[in-house]
Amino acid sequence: MTKRTPILEAHGLGITVGTGGGVFSAGRKLDIVVDVSLSLRPGKIVCVVGESGSGKTTLGMALVGLTPPTTGEIIFDGTPLRDFSKTSFRPVREETALLFQDPASSFNPRQRIGDILAEPRRIAGNGATTSEAIASLAQLAGLPSSLLARFPHALSGGQARRAAVARALAVVPRLIVADEPTAGLDVSVQGGVMNLFLDIREKHDTAFLIITHNLAVARHISDELVIMYLGRVVESGPTAEIFRNPQHPYTKALLDSEPVPDPRHRRSEPPVIGEVPSIFARPSGCEFHERCRFAQDLCRSQAPQETAGANSQRVRCHFPIGEAVGEPALAIA
Amino acid sequence: MSTEQQQTRPVLEIDELSISYGGRPTVSNVNLTIQPGEIVGIIGESGSGKSTLAHSILGLLPSSAAVSGKALSLAGRNFLGADGPAFRSVRGPGAAMVFQNPMTTFSPLHRLGDQLTDLLWRETSLSKEEKRQRIVAVFKQVGLSNAAERLSNYPFELSGGMLQRVAIAAALMMRPSLLIADEPTTALDVTMEAQILHLIRELRAEAGVAVLMISHHLGVIAEICDRVVVMYAGRVVEQGPVEDIFANPTHPYTRALFACEPALIAPGVDRMPVIDHEALRRHADGRKTA
Repeated sequence: MTKRTPILEAHGLGITVGTGGGVFSAGRKLDIVVDVSLSLRPGKIVCVVGESGSGKTTLGMALVGLTPPTTGEIIFDGTPLRDFSKTSFRPVREETALLFQDPASSFNPRQRIGDILAEPRRIAGNGATTSEAIASLAQLAGLPSSLLARFPHALSGGQARRAAVARALAVVPRLIVADEPTAGLDVSVQGGVMNLFLDIREKHDTAFLIITHNLAVARHISDELVIMYLGRVVESGPTAEIFRNPQHPYTKALLDSEPVPDPRHRRSEPPVIGEVPSIFARPSGCEFHERCRFAQDLCRSQAPQETAGANSQRVRCHFPIGEAVGEPALAIA
Repeated sequence: MSTEQQQTRPVLEIDELSISYGGRPTVSNVNLTIQPGEIVGIIGESGSGKSTLAHSILGLLPSSAAVSGKALSLAGRNFLGADGPAFRSVRGPGAAMVFQNPMTTFSPLHRLGDQLTDLLWRETSLSKEEKRQRIVAVFKQVGLSNAAERLSNYPFELSGGMLQRVAIAAALMMRPSLLIADEPTTALDVTMEAQILHLIRELRAEAGVAVLMISHHLGVIAEICDRVVVMYAGRVVEQGPVEDIFANPTHPYTRALFACEPALIAPGVDRMPVIDHEALRRHADGRKTA
């Protein structure tokens, strides 16, 4: 495998938003995303996985400048962005296509699908906008050309998703950021969308950043995983390694929570209890300690740093789970 | 009626039920029986008619729906062709429903305590305080922390997982013999899903309530159901004990559905399988002409 220049890199990215505050009270600063670093090479698929409130969508939007980051550095195609202004993000956006979580609401309801697909080409002044050209673009995404004269509301969930993918391909992007591209789809339609991504990658060497909570999808489609919890990356590394040997107790809990489609392997207890704490009240120390089976005094008082774990994984935990699956490798007795 | 008969009487009996909208069949000739304390899953893709079937049990279909068949019985009473008031008497004690999105289950304008108290309108013999105690008790049963405080919360103050617990509590408070859960974990995160599934299984063990679980997620069905019903294009194509269906699916659609389940596919495949609906249609047509 040749090490090519990453199409997109982020170092220590942080997103803080101000909230509340009025005449009589000071506002509060909320850290939505904290110290996230990642790198995306051409032709690679990286999945950002986490539960609601983990900051995964905000991270995806920040990487293309829709939510300006507060701190850190973004390097696009080898060139660091000067700042996080709209103009600095222009080269990023020219080469990036976005797939939003709810495709139906990402279309203009008063525009026909054919016009929606032609619009990016018209704006970029790049690519043919004849009806034959648009029909063949739709075909790339498996969208029947009979649907091009329709309005968005007349499309099913799977068709709307395909239309969104077709629009993303209108001007062939080098990077596709997809927010929950399989949410709300039936498994066979999910498979179709995943195959579509794999075809695009094969043909155009496009890199993908896929934001998802669907672990089964992430397992099949991604080369690398980024697991987020409360805005921090708790574990990252090659997908196969993380599934084989999760190092962070949260990663393991997440993998174990997914119900297995085999009635002979039922769980007696939920793998983790409680829910993700509010970012208004971040726990002290390691933010997962309240829900962690392996938490010790150190975890309650001190936040762990990211360290290189086994098998090229990076993990943010004082007591990462070792090779022996299910048992914590205790560094300190 | 003797106690023995009561024990063996199914909580739900559906006999050749068909539902159509403007002559277009949505559910065709469905047979389904649920025994007390049983957890039965309905699996199928969008448009398979699984939600329509579930809604018909409580008379929640719009008036444009034409329902026909031999029987739709809850606790021995036939509700086929029944009107609104008749269904109202069975909603709650006969069967109660938990919906997919807990965020839209409740009115955003009223406190949860008031909304649950309203559900107890039939219990005229209970005082306000007794009703409050019953709600607090059922909140505790579903594992809500600070149960008494939750009564004064508005829905927006609770997370999706907690609200789904409140929705389950509201259903249980009616002491139904059947709990209908329409994709109750689809809107929840996976760690919360595991907890809610565990809760439903515990409630069956403790309260003996039967559950009709609608899901498109094979993992959820495998995790908690005793029996599974597979629906495709409005028909039940296969039903049986969950172990049998998962070990040995016989209908081509069930097999195709299992083949597409990403969790059942070993990593490293080049492309994901998809369902060939054309082939299934040919299979169905072939059987009709044969």
